Amino acid sequence: MRNYAYILVMFAVIYAIRALPMTLIRRPIKSPFLQSFLFYVPYVTLAVMTFPAIVNATQHPLAGVLALVVGVVAAWFGLGLMPVAVLCCAAVFLSELLLV
Amino acid sequence: MRQTKTSIPSSLARGARNGVPIGMGYFAVAFALGIQAKAAGLTPFQSFLASLLCDASAGEYAGFGVIRADSGLWMMAVITFVANARYLLMSAAMSQRMDPAGKTIHRFAMSMYITDEIFAITIARPGYLDPWYLYGAAMVASPCWAAGTALGCVAGNVMPARAVSALSVALFGMFLAIIIPPARKDRVIGALVAVCFAASFAMSRLPVVSGLSEGTRTILLTVVIASAAAALFPRTRRGAREEGGEAA
Repeated sequence: MRNYAYILVMFAVIYAIRALPMTLIRRPIKSPFLQSFLFYVPYVTLAVMTFPAIVNATQHPLAGVLALVVGVVAAWFGLGLMPVAVLCCAAVFLSELLLV
Repeated sequence: MRQTKTSIPSSLARGARNGVPIGMGYFAVAFALGIQAKAAGLTPFQSFLASLLCDASAGEYAGFGVIRADSGLWMMAVITFVANARYLLMSAAMSQRMDPAGKTIHRFAMSMYITDEIFAITIARPGYLDPWYLYGAAMVASPCWAAGTALGCVAGNVMPARAVSALSVALFGMFLAIIIPPARKDRVIGALVAVCFAASFAMSRLPVVSGLSEGTRTILLTVVIASAAAALFPRTRRGAREEGGEAA
């Protein structure tokens, strides 16, 4: 039972975090600073979460570096989500056959 | 305001299609999370439930640590808040891209699935956010996440390390597919991404800050770097709405 109480608290807090800004901020924010800040948020969050985490995610760090390079090049040339993701996985799998 | 009108089924289908790589990556990561759930004394069903409701990786990992140590419900609330605070920013960014004429219920329902990945692909599309696109992606990705956790809890280490290692970069690959195309088109975003990589690397190595959890480092870096960018390179409303990647 105690585990269910923990899970319930975890869910309640995480849902509140996700839902409060979405439901309370109903109007376009007027401040040019905040507008610009929120415009940059997605790029910054995703970039800081990607590196160096991608290098630490694999068994061998070189495989992670390779995945990063392959991913950047593939995305640079406009490949979509799925192809870039698959190419990164393939880069890790193939390079780790040699590295690990 | 450019707004491509699409039907609900086609939005759902497009979302579901882009949910596939997310689900793939989720499955591998969730598997590892399931092993933590088991160590914390959760049953496979409880781990399934936790993942289905919470859809958070680092957040759940931290939460399972609290359960394992039986640190109390208040501790659970505090740890969950700290580990997931970045979603406040994502949710705020999404609130600015909602169709003002849209139904409120969508705001409540979409909030359930603000994960790093679903946020990323939803906000990468131009125009107002499309709730059905998000639901399509969540419909595929969330069950993968929950099933992966339960399986990890049941089966532990049956997945070969090679496969886990390869699949674990799927999510990062998607992030790259989202941030790199706009970084190529827009010099400010390009420089910003480079600065983010460098700062994030530095923070993972420097004394003191490297001791902070990844979630805390993410929110610190986001607030500091996005504020600096906003102060130095302000964006007009039109720019803020209509730019953004076309990767998804």
